[in-house]
Amino acid sequence: MPGIIGKKIGMTSVYSAAGKNIPCTVIEAGPCVVTQVRTLEKDGYTAVQLAYGEKKEKNTSKPMQGHFKKAGTTPKRFIAEFHDFATEMNLGDVVTITELFTEGENVDVIGTSKGKGFQGVVKRHGFSGVGESTHGQHNRLRAPGSLGASSDPSRVFKGMRMAGRTGGNQRTLQNLEVLKVLADENLILVKGAIPGYNGSTVYIIK
Amino acid sequence: MNRIKELESRINPIAEYPKFSAGDTISVTYKIIEGAKERLQTFSGVVIQRRGTGSTETFTVRKMSNSVGVERIFPIASPFIDKIEVNKRGKVRRARIFYLRSLTGKASRIQERKYFGPVSK
Repeated sequence: MPGIIGKKIGMTSVYSAAGKNIPCTVIEAGPCVVTQVRTLEKDGYTAVQLAYGEKKEKNTSKPMQGHFKKAGTTPKRFIAEFHDFATEMNLGDVVTITELFTEGENVDVIGTSKGKGFQGVVKRHGFSGVGESTHGQHNRLRAPGSLGASSDPSRVFKGMRMAGRTGGNQRTLQNLEVLKVLADENLILVKGAIPGYNGSTVYIIK
Repeated sequence: MNRIKELESRINPIAEYPKFSAGDTISVTYKIIEGAKERLQTFSGVVIQRRGTGSTETFTVRKMSNSVGVERIFPIASPFIDKIEVNKRGKVRRARIFYLRSLTGKASRIQERKYFGPVSK
């Protein structure tokens, strides 16, 4: 899928043509530089490697410095591969949002959700907890309850939902409507919330 | 955050309205869309609060309708607001006059603010 690398700026809302106040997320996306073109003959598949975000040269490894030099660009922080672009892409080409997205179409957004640390089953898996907070109930309000049967099977089944590290995983949100594309500022407004903190890297995919 | 605020002011521009605050009696004329038709309706009452900043700011107008209190919250950036008229400036001591909800009749009157300082308006 063709796509672009971006940065989550934050949330706001816009008024639609019908006057509805729609919550939306502002993403700064691109401009990205083509740093490598994968071809069927050479790599066994076709794709375009895009790079986004400035990086100091002294923080870039020698091999990567050469890689960016080949594309004729400054070192970049984030690199990702996309494929099936409508136009032929060459090394050093610049991809902007206006080439890819138009207002009103639906896109997918990939991001890393906010890390929430070690969380119980109520927050992590949406359990409703055990019983009530009153009527003699002591300390089981947010407990997971039973983990399974007793002597048969005498063990806890694999994949049993329990407390643990929550969030911080890659998540994809599908079919978010593009509300606005502000070309000269490289900003794109998509409907609703997207995973991750403000300033985190996201991939917008057509 | 500043970037969001700056962007909001551009994509949700707020029309020019007269200055008003809690205690003022105002008339808000707003558009109503019924099917394909659009008409104007007026809601007049006392402003009991203004909250929020920038394009997310809202204000609440309270009026008594057949001895039943009716409150309406308008977003200040709403494209449905046609115009706002200030009918009377009220003299109140707080920014949010929720105590008005428990008052009716004579007690719920608000003294008019007649003197405006040299830099006012």
